[in-house]
Amino acid sequence: MTQALKDLGDYIAAALPQDVLGTEVNRCGELTLQVRAAGVVKVLTYLRDDAGCLFKQLVDVCGVDWPSREQRFDVVYHLLSLKHNQRVRVKVATDEETPVPSVTGVFSSAGWFEREVWDMYGVLFSDHPDLRRILTDYGFEGHPLRKDFPLTGYVEVRYDDEQKRVVYEPVKLTQDFRSFDFLSPWEGPLPGDEKAGGNS
Amino acid sequence: MAESQIQNYSINFGPQHPAAHGVLRLVLEMAGEVVARADPHIGLLHRGTEKLIEHKTYLQSTPYFDRLDYVGTMNQEHPFVLATERLLGIELPPRAKYIRTLMAELSRILNHLLNVGCFVMDVGGMTPLLYAFEEREKLMEYYERASGARLHTAYFRVGGVAADLPPDLLDDIGQWCETFIPVLDDMETIATENRIFKQRVVDIGIVSPDQALDWGFTGANLRASGIAWDLRKAQPYEVYDEMDFDIPVGSHGDCYDRYLMRILEMRESIKIMKQCLAKMPGGPVKVQDRKVSPPPRAEMKTSMEALIHHFKLCTEGFHVPAGEVYAATEAPKGEFSVYLISDGSGKPYRCKIRPPGFVSLQALDMMSKGHMLADVVANIGSVDIVFGEIDR
Repeated sequence: MTQALKDLGDYIAAALPQDVLGTEVNRCGELTLQVRAAGVVKVLTYLRDDAGCLFKQLVDVCGVDWPSREQRFDVVYHLLSLKHNQRVRVKVATDEETPVPSVTGVFSSAGWFEREVWDMYGVLFSDHPDLRRILTDYGFEGHPLRKDFPLTGYVEVRYDDEQKRVVYEPVKLTQDFRSFDFLSPWEGPLPGDEKAGGNS
Repeated sequence: MAESQIQNYSINFGPQHPAAHGVLRLVLEMAGEVVARADPHIGLLHRGTEKLIEHKTYLQSTPYFDRLDYVGTMNQEHPFVLATERLLGIELPPRAKYIRTLMAELSRILNHLLNVGCFVMDVGGMTPLLYAFEEREKLMEYYERASGARLHTAYFRVGGVAADLPPDLLDDIGQWCETFIPVLDDMETIATENRIFKQRVVDIGIVSPDQALDWGFTGANLRASGIAWDLRKAQPYEVYDEMDFDIPVGSHGDCYDRYLMRILEMRESIKIMKQCLAKMPGGPVKVQDRKVSPPPRAEMKTSMEALIHHFKLCTEGFHVPAGEVYAATEAPKGEFSVYLISDGSGKPYRCKIRPPGFVSLQALDMMSKGHMLADVVANIGSVDIVFGEIDR
């Protein structure tokens, strides 16, 4: 299985040398293609139509945030070939400003998935017919799955009895969110020594 | 005579509507009585599950999956534990695999019973729902006996299942399998050949095989369109490769076929359950690796090491080697999968949940265009959606 996927990866990379930046089969036996953002439509069309691939289904599109990277977002497409019983993962890297070409023209199912990635990460998609927010509230601000978005969010809602409507207020926490440090003292900074690093 | 012009008007369907199967807000643009455009507004049940999981250990993340599709909960935990196990590279003991297969099929029946019952009620038949809920009640009792909870079971754990099944539960499930088929026959007598029911669902919301692939349909919805594809056969997990069962495939891709798929799948699930019960091996129900699954309570009373393991597992959790994996299972509603990225710590770096209902609902506009308003209800019921999983 792994060898077949390696061959498939080489086959695709040989067919689209400008757009496929790299292929990899990981230890779980999954093929990943790293693709240039501008070439994603071309690659997915090829994957869908080529007789050796026939990935007729776009199963999933999701975003991943890597804040330390220059291009901080990955858009990950999962495709499934019913004919060859294979899956392939296509990855595209982008940043907050550069739009990724929408693949709604290739797979209709991409529409909502891309809306979700936009909603959750703020990744822009060019030529998307209807790039609205999808899961968050009407009038929501921010992109909640970014790593720098706090778990508690910024606003909370309650029903105000006097105004007879739901009101939005800044989040007030009676207790801070607790995040425990499980590093053993032999691995991490010594307890009580946290400030020592800050001064230098 | 002045020419009268009919303008399109839009109506709001839901979010509080009994036929919306939860909190679906549907903005329908109508040309008279015919649907011109259906725009589902989802997210009213969005709870940020994926964000929460990034802040929880793997053990703490499992119960969130019960809250996704709360109709057949164990099927939702399944891809997550499979994904984690693949990253950890552990192999389950056989009894755990059999129990998971058994419970996954039981959950499938739970789900299909609710869907078939509600679907028939949406188009006017009250009785099958009552039959279905009686059986669901029995199944949820089995859930409770296995895991301690009727609904939010948290039974599938990384490395096996939470606890072994109590001794007489397998016998009771075996007996239930015998009594269930007549009930299913009764339900079918009321609905399947019913003239009124067929008038409401036959040739409504037809999805061609090409459309089904293009719109990402999976599970029963895909098979109703005539494509024989089932992950239990194509990419078997647990012990499905040892099971003997058939995959029902439709031919028209209309609401009626989607209903029939679910009825037939329940019969196949009973077959699988019976085989699981017959072949159920003995032995442990979780991996005997103390770095992944906690030691039994009795051992902790005497062994210091066991106590330390338990404490470490329940506070910090086990560390998963860095990497990424995509684990898909054939959930009752279709391909339910988890794309998991680990950075080597005790918490998932990213856990994308791929709900089948999200994709099915997206196609509602395509399916409903040109149909009457009442057919939208049939379409919603037939694609089997639950908002817990769509909104996450």
